[in-house]
Amino acid sequence: MIHFVLLINRQGKVRLTKWYSPYSQKERSKVIRELSGVITTRGPKLCNFVEWTGFKVVYRRYASLYFCMCIDQDDNELEILEIIHHYVEILDRYFGSVCELDLIFNFHKAYYILDEILIAGELQESSKKTVARLIAAQDSLVEAAKEQESSISNIIAQVTKRFTAEAAEIGEHFPAERFSIQGYRYTDVDVCNV
Amino acid sequence: MALSGMRGLSVFISDVRNCQNKEQERLRVDKELGNIRTKFKNEKGLSPYEKKKYVWKMLYIYMLGYDVDFGHMETVSLISAPKYPEKQVGYIVTSCLLNENHDFLRLAINTVRNDIVGRNETFQCLALTMIGNIGGREFAESLAPDVQRLLMSSSCRPLVRKKAALCLLRLYRKNPDVVNVDGWSDQMAQLLDERDLGVLTSAMSLLVALVSNNHDAYWSCIPKCTRILERLARNQDVPQEYTYYGIPSPWLQVKTMRALQYFPAIEDPNTRRSLFEVLQRILMGTDVVKNVNKNNASHAVLFEALALVMHLDAEKEMMSQCVALLGKFIAVREPNIRYLGLENMARMLMVTDMQDIIKRHQAQIITSLKDPDISIRRRALDLLYGMCDVSNAKDIVEELLQYLSTSDFAMREELSLKVAILAEKFAPDLSWYVDVILQLIDKAGDFVSDDIWFRVVQFVTNNEDLQPYAALKAKEYLDKPAIHETMVKVSAYLLGEFGHLLARRPGCSAKELFSLIHDKLPTVSPPAISILLSSYAKILMHTQPPDPELQNQIWAVFRKYESCIDAEIQQRAIEYLALSRKGAALMDILAEMPKFPERQSSLIKKAEDAETDTAEKSAIKLRAQQQTSNALVVTDQQPLNGTSPVGPLSIVKVPSMSSDMDAGDHGLTQSNGSLSEMGQHATTPDLLGDLLGPVAIEAPPSASVQSEQNFVSDQEVSSSVVDVLALAPAEELTSAVQPIGNIAERFQNLCLKDSGVLYEDPYIQIGIKAEWRMHHGRLILFLGNKNTSPLVSVLALILSPAHLKMELSLVPEIIPPRAQVQCPLEVVNIRPSRDVAVLDFSYKFATSLVNVKLRLPAVLNKFLQPASVSMEEFFNQWRSLSGPPLKLQEVVRGVRPMTLLEMANLFTNYRLTVLPGLDPNPNNLAACTTFCSESTRAMLCLVRIETDPADRSQLRMTIASGDPMLTFELKEFIKELLVAILMTSPAPAPTPPPATELAIPAAASTDPGAMLAGLL
Repeated sequence: MIHFVLLINRQGKVRLTKWYSPYSQKERSKVIRELSGVITTRGPKLCNFVEWTGFKVVYRRYASLYFCMCIDQDDNELEILEIIHHYVEILDRYFGSVCELDLIFNFHKAYYILDEILIAGELQESSKKTVARLIAAQDSLVEAAKEQESSISNIIAQVTKRFTAEAAEIGEHFPAERFSIQGYRYTDVDVCNV
Repeated sequence: MALSGMRGLSVFISDVRNCQNKEQERLRVDKELGNIRTKFKNEKGLSPYEKKKYVWKMLYIYMLGYDVDFGHMETVSLISAPKYPEKQVGYIVTSCLLNENHDFLRLAINTVRNDIVGRNETFQCLALTMIGNIGGREFAESLAPDVQRLLMSSSCRPLVRKKAALCLLRLYRKNPDVVNVDGWSDQMAQLLDERDLGVLTSAMSLLVALVSNNHDAYWSCIPKCTRILERLARNQDVPQEYTYYGIPSPWLQVKTMRALQYFPAIEDPNTRRSLFEVLQRILMGTDVVKNVNKNNASHAVLFEALALVMHLDAEKEMMSQCVALLGKFIAVREPNIRYLGLENMARMLMVTDMQDIIKRHQAQIITSLKDPDISIRRRALDLLYGMCDVSNAKDIVEELLQYLSTSDFAMREELSLKVAILAEKFAPDLSWYVDVILQLIDKAGDFVSDDIWFRVVQFVTNNEDLQPYAALKAKEYLDKPAIHETMVKVSAYLLGEFGHLLARRPGCSAKELFSLIHDKLPTVSPPAISILLSSYAKILMHTQPPDPELQNQIWAVFRKYESCIDAEIQQRAIEYLALSRKGAALMDILAEMPKFPERQSSLIKKAEDAETDTAEKSAIKLRAQQQTSNALVVTDQQPLNGTSPVGPLSIVKVPSMSSDMDAGDHGLTQSNGSLSEMGQHATTPDLLGDLLGPVAIEAPPSASVQSEQNFVSDQEVSSSVVDVLALAPAEELTSAVQPIGNIAERFQNLCLKDSGVLYEDPYIQIGIKAEWRMHHGRLILFLGNKNTSPLVSVLALILSPAHLKMELSLVPEIIPPRAQVQCPLEVVNIRPSRDVAVLDFSYKFATSLVNVKLRLPAVLNKFLQPASVSMEEFFNQWRSLSGPPLKLQEVVRGVRPMTLLEMANLFTNYRLTVLPGLDPNPNNLAACTTFCSESTRAMLCLVRIETDPADRSQLRMTIASGDPMLTFELKEFIKELLVAILMTSPAPAPTPPPATELAIPAAASTDPGAMLAGLL
């Protein structure tokens, strides 16, 4: 099973954590500290697996972000590696060429989507289409609830207006490296030449 | 995608991102936390929107790594909000912030339950997701049936059911009883017919978890899994959206093959044939393609197929095909595939007859030992370690030693341990072993644990041929200018002990050796100094006739340390000084160390402990346990120079030595000062302490024995052992193998529990697992050989009392090295009796014959089943059973004092149901149970205990049942419980009071088992 999912960037900043095994708050910070040290320092062209305190961490780097999943020693590593990619493809489709900034400002969406892919540390749905449909349904439920509360939706309209301007501004300050599927650097590694 | 309308949240995130440094960030976060705290304090004024916003902020702050120790209540309360948006946030943030052990979660159980049983599908999904991610035991207990219902419901849509499947999986992990319901395994099989692949994928994960713990109930799933595989891998019959880079759901394929690996074998020839067809197709049809993702996915399937083929013990041809594939993988450039190739090749080692083919790849594997990637190096090291045997040990150990100087620090300790173990296990000759260990200490002293050098000292001490060589080697190392402290310790020890054997060689006189060792003294730490002092004392003793100059030098050293601040050093200095003035007595006391007893290598033990770290059971590990690993079999090749019959590196055996040591220790502490009394033992305690103490601690079994014995039998045992030793030479004491742990205590524990260890000694461990159903029982004896040599002449006889019909399946005569044999034992209970069955077990290890008689926990209470009756039933029954012999009453005295509550617990433990409130008098206790035997069938028994609060040492009990024999036996049984000495005390089990034996003389006297049990 997957014990936890961790998204960290090159500087070790955490972008998402999800724990499927019980870790106390203290243990969680320790795990993050130790692992980000191990993973962000690994050179390119090494394998995507790290053995760590009796577990294995499968990770993959997309532009500035590392997606890590911790599994048991005997689990199938490549299967997990492709779960990571499956998640990234769904994020990519949802945000339209996703980048780290999307995940920072919409971290809650990243959680919603992850919950549609994994439960109890196991894969729940392997169809991208189905996940996309379910997330869209959730979004529209939220929208519908908003519209019901007209007073609030008013505020929101204003907010969105102001906010779009601000978002543009943020975008200038932080030119984001997009990790659309074509561009991520994992493809640089040679395919095995059996 | 626009940022979804929470302005405050976005502003906060940008603020945090704009902070120039950590300090600013902390200030900003603290400000926000303060803000949220005040908002939450007057919660009334908060709109749902605001609540949501603050809760998200909390999660964001938490994710940044700050402690968020408030607001959990508000988060959890959002779960009960009526509207979807709030509820969604409540569920998600709760499952991120809290873990299953948080008290706040309990508050939510009711709401969560309402959401699950309610009709709203979206709420169901949210609730299932949260429980699936963080649900704990309490959730398992209260919600499992509802979750199960959703999973099986035909009216629920797939999106709910797939979540329910994984949710149930989580609950099952927390409490395996949740699937203990009738017909569950059929339902599970039915789930595998599911057409929706989302539901099927989740259900397959559930199945994997279920069969990993207990595959018995799920045989019917095997053909279904095979069909699923056929559908995916052969027919490619899946909807387009469930293909991943053109591969039909690789994840489902992997999981299905994983599930199949938990079944010990697939017997149905048709299923087996179709399965192999699919596997063959996967093995042959997986090509390497340009696209990384496609490649990964197809290789995920391929590696799982390899694992399944290994598990199924396919034909040799297919196996060789697999090894060939793996051989290709370990040579490719792509690191992932190479890593997995190495990993799976190590698993392949467990398949019989594959070692030789694998050995052909040795050179390639050694190349990977120099890979830039530590993950790959680790795998290569593991594989080399696993494939090492006598034929290639020299090469591999050489290679590892070389690698040691360049390897990363992270790996050195593991590497050193592995080198030491390989050298010990597969040494073609002993001098090579000594060479390797000394080189190891020389190259990686910091990473060589004490056990490693203790072990080499043990070998040298026990093999006289080796002693001059080892001493010479030690001297050579000491000649070097800068050596590691561990090297100083081991060299000094060896020279002290065996230096005199070199006396004729140039440069090896006692004086020269002393100055060689003494040169190192200023560079070492106190523990090493103690060892140096001991070796000085030894050198002094070996110099005959005494050399006054050397004597003065050494005495000067002792005097210097007489006032040392380190108590250990000081004591040694004073004692050695005093001893060395005693002249002849010195000879006896400081004589050469006696040989060490054979014990399991603490190194191997350590390596095993490290391996069993991960708790989760896995197919591969289970398999490894069932098989004798080739890697652990010691060669039967005869030593070149040794005469020992047990194998090249076995220590000469003197089984009773450990108690001898104890006795020595003990005697010394007792007779403080009169050292000469124990001349026979010829050692000083602290010298022993150097070597024995730490080793014994590292090897828990023998250590515990020693301490326990000392504790239990105190003076008596030690003095008797001393006597025996004084009369007989040590070699003749062969049969004194000491059990580990207290046999009586182990038996008592097993009377209450259904699995555990029945007996253990340094060579064998006997475990028991039992299942009881009505008057039938099935015990499995696990006979585990703990050694690297086989146990022979294994004989197990069951001496069953007349009331039990017992049938033991065949016990093999030989237990291979480090293997475990399982022997089922069927038990049928014919009539009530308290007699106990005995297992008469014997085996031979090397020259010692061991025979033990062990009581088997097929005792009366195992045939009891908790019963529950209403007050009315109880009294009806009670009245109808009037007087003896169906109802017996007795006043019991000498009861061990316990409160009523303790008594109730005791009864519950022994499967009697206590019926609180049934007896109107609060000092009384009523209980009932059902007893099962062939003659009585299931029969209700009633118990009443009347206590006297003023005098807890006596009580009156009344037992009633429909069978006079049962009433009597149960009465006696309960009486024994009540007067028994505390469970945990190491004393033997109480013998029944004499009255009992008189009551059933006929049965007892004719019954060998019963007689034996009485003796035990």
